[in-house]
Amino acid sequence: MTGESFLIAAQFIALALFSVSFLLTVIRVIIGPTLPDRVLALDMLVATAIGFIAIIGIRTGFTLYLDIAIALGLVGFLATVAFARFVMSRRYQKEFVEEDKKGFFEERAP
Amino acid sequence: MIDAVQNYLAGALIIIGALFTLIASIGLLRLPDLYTRMHAASKAGTVGSGLMLVALAVYSDDLAITTRAIAGIVFFLLTAPISAHLLAKAAYAAGYRMWDKSVCDEMSAGDAPGLISNERQQSM
Repeated sequence: MTGESFLIAAQFIALALFSVSFLLTVIRVIIGPTLPDRVLALDMLVATAIGFIAIIGIRTGFTLYLDIAIALGLVGFLATVAFARFVMSRRYQKEFVEEDKKGFFEERAP
Repeated sequence: MIDAVQNYLAGALIIIGALFTLIASIGLLRLPDLYTRMHAASKAGTVGSGLMLVALAVYSDDLAITTRAIAGIVFFLLTAPISAHLLAKAAYAAGYRMWDKSVCDEMSAGDAPGLISNERQQSM
């Protein structure tokens, strides 16, 4: 088996494995019982997509895809940080809205 | 000769990286609570995507692509623990509970670090 045919076979195997892992992560996004589970699965989806992009970059020879992968990693990191702050702020909403004695936030509560 | 070495090495790296990503997603689906799922997703997932970028760096002949791939790997290795730690702290502070078979909760207020919680001791 020459090097090039091995690389092509490896690309197909890796694409199949990535598709399976993408599917499993999407299942966790759908069933994931709490919000942080879904955020974590979203982070994992970003990592899987970076792997996909790297394979596409090797397959097509356009290594410019690498810049897209780096930009996607940056966006994924910022999204996870923002979602973590959102998870924190839901706690604050629970404290302030459900336990306020003076009824200050009562009108805004859903 | 060097082309064949590049191709074999890149092929092996993408298969290993895809296996790591598959293991991470299986762990994400199978493990019992958020804090154990975080082990699978943030460690194995980062190694998986990092190995794909290493394969791209090995495959490419251009030095600019190789250095950019290494910079991307360093960026992922820096940001993955930060985001996982931030998410775990936020989830713990927001009151998401651990799995009821967890043996150690070092951030719980009542117990000394490393001790088993009272409910766990009573259930044993």
